[in-house]
Amino acid sequence: MFIVLLFMFAGIITGYLFRKWKIQFINGIILTLIWLLLFLLGVEVGVNDNVVKNFANLGFEAMLIAVFATLGSIIGAWLLWKITPKTPKEHFLKH
Amino acid sequence: MKGSLIILSFFATGLLLGISRLFPASWIAFDFSFYVLAALMFTVGFSIGHQPDTIKQFSKIHSRVLFLPLTTILGTWLGVMVISFFSKHSTAEYLAIGSGLGYYSLSSILITEYKGAELGTIALLANIFREIITLVLAPLMARYFGKLAPIAAGGATTMDTTFPIIIKTSGKEFSIVSVYHGFVTDFSVPFFVTLWCSLK
Repeated sequence: MFIVLLFMFAGIITGYLFRKWKIQFINGIILTLIWLLLFLLGVEVGVNDNVVKNFANLGFEAMLIAVFATLGSIIGAWLLWKITPKTPKEHFLKH
Repeated sequence: MKGSLIILSFFATGLLLGISRLFPASWIAFDFSFYVLAALMFTVGFSIGHQPDTIKQFSKIHSRVLFLPLTTILGTWLGVMVISFFSKHSTAEYLAIGSGLGYYSLSSILITEYKGAELGTIALLANIFREIITLVLAPLMARYFGKLAPIAAGGATTMDTTFPIIIKTSGKEFSIVSVYHGFVTDFSVPFFVTLWCSLK
């Protein structure tokens, strides 16, 4: 299952090798592939009667996860913010 | 926001075609999506490797704020771990969903590939909700939890979709931090989602 990560590394190396080239269309390709995959995910969910029947429950569970995930990360950022020096201009950038 | 609506409409179209059985089931059996996923991962990697100049900018960030992506990831894990005890799904599955950090397209695709459509759907919705929560509540987060809070909440989206609202609420001087945070967490998504999916 880690094979997809190999594809990403191959992409990083290729991207680095072609760094001097202006390649504008790469974000368009990414977006198109994402649209295609989300469409396929929709199909896969749609043919799965169990998931379709439970859609409202899944949505509720997803909302709980989102709230707790966001809250946890905010608390982490809050602690980091408290120990970071607050003098203007200094709290996030070096001189 | 507009981007999420377009993505949701692709998902919804697929959903309707699936429910009505208008889409040939043989396409799914062929595992077509794996090849598209591999192509997606390659292009995502390409876009990372293609911007070494952006990475050079990050050296300007204060050393302590460099830890922000780490606190975001660990905080997210702690949060979903707590809520996972009330679910029929395993903690590792919840950690995989949380590790999407708002990058709903990639994380839901990966989770569907490894764990099936049900968990993939939860991952899609949970990570879309995370983005929406950030877009709506960023000002409140900045007021009560400090100016780094909206960036942490935005997760992997802070260099694209939630970037404008973060700059508006935390200030322009946070733009490099926001891009840095989005860049690092973006990169972490495929790793941690895959890692947690590989565990029970």
